[in-house]
Amino acid sequence: MSVMSYREALGRALDEEMARDPRVFLMGEEVGEYDGAYKVSKGLLAKYGPERVRDTPIAELGFTGAGIGAAIAGLRPVVEWMTHNFALLAMDQVINAAAKMRYMSGGKLSVPIVFRGPNGPAEYLASQHSQALASYWVHAPGLKVLAPATPADAYGLLKSAIRDEDPVVFLESELMYAWKGEVGDEEFLVPIGKAALARPGRDVTIIAFSKPLRVALEAADHLSAKGVEAEVVDLRSLRPLDEAALYESVARTGRCVVVDESWPVASMGSHVAYLVSRACFDRLDAPVALVSGEDVPMPYNHALELAAQPSAAKIEAAVMGVLYREA
Amino acid sequence: MDKELGALLETMQLIRSFEEKAGMMYGLRKIGGFCHLYTGQEAVAVGAISALDLGKDYVLTGYRDHGHALALGLDPGAIMAELFGKATGASRGKGGSMHMFDPVRRMLGGNGIVGEQIPIATGVALAQSYGRTGGVTLCFFGDGAFHQGALHESLNLAKIWSLPIVYVVENNQWGMGTNWKKVSAEEDFSRTSQAYGIEGRSCDGMDILEVRDALRETVARARKGEPGLVEARTYRYKGHSMSDPQKYRSRDDVEEYRKRDPIASLKGRMEDARDLSEAEWAALLARVEARIEAAVAFAESSAEPSPGELYSDVYA
Repeated sequence: MSVMSYREALGRALDEEMARDPRVFLMGEEVGEYDGAYKVSKGLLAKYGPERVRDTPIAELGFTGAGIGAAIAGLRPVVEWMTHNFALLAMDQVINAAAKMRYMSGGKLSVPIVFRGPNGPAEYLASQHSQALASYWVHAPGLKVLAPATPADAYGLLKSAIRDEDPVVFLESELMYAWKGEVGDEEFLVPIGKAALARPGRDVTIIAFSKPLRVALEAADHLSAKGVEAEVVDLRSLRPLDEAALYESVARTGRCVVVDESWPVASMGSHVAYLVSRACFDRLDAPVALVSGEDVPMPYNHALELAAQPSAAKIEAAVMGVLYREA
Repeated sequence: MDKELGALLETMQLIRSFEEKAGMMYGLRKIGGFCHLYTGQEAVAVGAISALDLGKDYVLTGYRDHGHALALGLDPGAIMAELFGKATGASRGKGGSMHMFDPVRRMLGGNGIVGEQIPIATGVALAQSYGRTGGVTLCFFGDGAFHQGALHESLNLAKIWSLPIVYVVENNQWGMGTNWKKVSAEEDFSRTSQAYGIEGRSCDGMDILEVRDALRETVARARKGEPGLVEARTYRYKGHSMSDPQKYRSRDDVEEYRKRDPIASLKGRMEDARDLSEAEWAALLARVEARIEAAVAFAESSAEPSPGELYSDVYA
């Protein structure tokens, strides 16, 4: 085991996959000369050269579509978006092309491509740079959507995504890049479509993914001090979704809080809350609660921006709510 | 009969007859939804594609794609069956008129969003360059798509990466019901690409030999990593789609272009050169008609996709 940052884990995965398969290449804004806007691709230009670590103009629609074209013609591109906020400019290509080329060609085309970059709020970045957009991608059949929250999962899932035959949207986070964790020294893959048990517990199930996993675990620690043992399930893969793992946990605990930093309307979190409510109706002792981002554009002011996001305190309050206990 | 010219003439006639039959089948409600016929524009797809090496080159286009598919050699039966929504269709009944695919025949679609194929084709050319395949990509689109930002982003990428691609603007003069002059800051599309350092040229899209010659030169340069753009001035005889009443143009306008019909022009030229006898033309028409009739029979007799196909091919 080695301790490495989330960014280093992603870089290691890219490096190993590029070394393994000459069809794999990285393209995007600042991936080459700058060594990555967030240094994920550090050292790769020097190692693989400008054809395989390809700097692009700031033209998300164009270079995302070009990645899709390269994928249908036999390559395995990794497209880095500087952030998912900018990816909205490329949404046409991802939704109208990548997600449905296999289907509308009757299975004649494959689109083995990974779209990746930071998603969700960081700090002091205001409305246009602080959006959690998982729900946009998850909505479209034909896409797979991954949101690892630990360096080990970032490493193992990115490798699986690059080897996958379908288009994968990969959600990272500016703040998570510096997070550290243990990653096995031997090569390994994390399978797509499997949730992880981040913390076992018996009283309530907290379902989270991506950056909010950390506040969910923090909340679980605080709750433990109050005698409440929360189980924390990390989705990791949003589509396909490991529904069985969620239902198994909620069937044991009888209570569920879903955490998602996205806006609450028609979100990944609201969908998971619906699925759990439906599948576990007879086992639930309280309605499923959702702790989401507040339903507002992100403000710049730090106190306000923190108030707009899920926090340990909000999660604790929601847990106490589903336990019908005083906070 | 000159073999090459005869093949060009026959493929154009195949497209003409196929589209006329498709229009009839649409009227009989065998075909539903949007159906954009290629009638009038045959010289562009056939002339341009004749300049390709189908062992290694690729073609992408928009939603008016039956002509390109036929020019690439897709079986008319597979295309008609696709229009009928049958399991034997080119896209197994999942794509329909706008989404014909056959990578074996070098046809990578078939796109319903105006200009969608332009960045994708640019990426196909990127793969050809990356893999040193020696292949070239032809990207067809219309005067409507010309103003999409996707084209301008793609021209820039093609130049900075020296991609083996030729963008073919089929300027049929009408973006649905809007005349291209009304919405184009620069009416000469071939000039626009020059702003990106990409050589642009115009040709008469009603003259197949002019299209072929323009593409031969442009494709040869693209193969060496010099992307190009060719504007082919053409005209569609039918409405934008089957539901278009065409109130925006007069019958006289259409008739003017019919006088320059690409099939009649090539046929006349061959006849003048005593290169096409009446008997040869009759035999050509008979071959085409037989293929179209066989295509309809195949589509009619093919099975619908099974209900289980609803969930197939969403993922690998």
